[in-house]
Amino acid sequence: MLSIRQRGVEALKRQLSKHEYQKLVDEKAPGSHYVRNIIAAFITGGAICSVGQIIMMVLKNFGADKETTASATSIIMVFIGAFLTGINIYDEIGKFGGAGASVPITGFSNSIVSPAMEFKKEGHVMGVGAKMFLIAGPVLVYGIFASVVAGLFYFIWKQVM
Amino acid sequence: MAKRLGSQTIVLDKQPVILSGAGIVGKKEGDGPLARYFDDVVDDEYVGEKTFEAAESRILRDTYIKALEKSGKSAKDINIILSGDLLNQCTAASYAFRDVDIPYLGLFGACSTMSESLAIAAMLIDSGSVDYAVCAASSHFCSAERQFRYPLEFGSQRTPTAQWTVTGAGAVILGKEGQGPRITCITPGKIIDEGIKDANNMGAAMAPAAFDTIRSHLIDTGRNVDDFDMILTGDLGKFGSTMLRDLLKRNNIDLKDKHKDCGLLIFDIEKQGVDCGGSGCGCSAVVLSTYILNLFMQGTIKRLLFVATGALLSPTRIQQGETIPGIAHAVLIEA
Repeated sequence: MLSIRQRGVEALKRQLSKHEYQKLVDEKAPGSHYVRNIIAAFITGGAICSVGQIIMMVLKNFGADKETTASATSIIMVFIGAFLTGINIYDEIGKFGGAGASVPITGFSNSIVSPAMEFKKEGHVMGVGAKMFLIAGPVLVYGIFASVVAGLFYFIWKQVM
Repeated sequence: MAKRLGSQTIVLDKQPVILSGAGIVGKKEGDGPLARYFDDVVDDEYVGEKTFEAAESRILRDTYIKALEKSGKSAKDINIILSGDLLNQCTAASYAFRDVDIPYLGLFGACSTMSESLAIAAMLIDSGSVDYAVCAASSHFCSAERQFRYPLEFGSQRTPTAQWTVTGAGAVILGKEGQGPRITCITPGKIIDEGIKDANNMGAAMAPAAFDTIRSHLIDTGRNVDDFDMILTGDLGKFGSTMLRDLLKRNNIDLKDKHKDCGLLIFDIEKQGVDCGGSGCGCSAVVLSTYILNLFMQGTIKRLLFVATGALLSPTRIQQGETIPGIAHAVLIEA
């Protein structure tokens, strides 16, 4: 049986090897299946974009101009994303496709509709209103920020040239 | 009176008896390998309530009533309820027991809550302060997901080390006398933080705590692994169990085939798609209150070291870049 002092020493030893434990965990932890995930993302993202392309071509066929086609396609894709979220299907697509499901505009729609559904129970103001942009919020903030920076560079570039 | 052994272990004199136990779980757990041991399986994740939080309270309360029925005691005999859960401010438990008219102590030990409540109740009974106590804990996949992760319908992938929060509650009635397995010894655990930051790898964060508590228990009592029929950890899962074995092996302690983990018992991790296994307060609570008590009743096991493990994190501290402190409390249960 170890004395209390000996135990103290041992505890100290363990403290010092904290870094070793982290290394051990990193070594042993099962990693993500990158190849499988990349293929699934490619298929899912490709399928979603193909649907978008089909909608675009159909709209064009009906004689819509370029601008109308672009915005109408986005609107329809956002609707599809929201609808599939509402009927509990989009989370399954996301589970399979990963980034392939979250990067296209349907994923953006999913990231807004899913918290809106989830937090309905906390009311329309503090629930849906406050939590709706829980996931999409950062995307919007930094997306808009990046566009401002890009615009600034573009402006300066034009002045210089 | 109880007496202390070594620096961390407490040997109980009166040895409180586990009179009965009950466990109610959700559908996914009901499809798992332990299905036939549960008292009830609820198919509806809302259990007829309006919110997941209310559903969790409902399951916990129903489990308590079931355990009480099985013990043959009435609510009037119960002197105290010790319960806890994962929700902010432990509301699943406090709302579950708000109108039962029994003194209540709310506990937070994350997923180690069940062994924490057993340990405290055992000491209260041993000291003569309490005759009969309820020890219970609960968790709900949906209420935990929305607090700790993403909305349910958000499409995201889980990492391979992630664990699945068990929907369910377990409750046992502990008494000063009666028929059943006895709690003879407890080793409350220290908070151990080995610097794991990944909230999706809680098994790795908790394994050092389980290691520390098991080792302390063995040192304090002078026992070795062969003296137990089973050493049951709470929710280390597949990866955490590997780490625990590894840490013990480095200290020349071989678990052999004695080690089981509630998170691995409750689900078929290959078939049910739960990555590294189950987790949550309800996980160890429900496995102990149903399957394990059943093993005791059949006489399959006679001495069990129950070591429920908890990751004492909050989403806020993780976002602030903090590491995850782990804890594990050991309760020795003997037939």
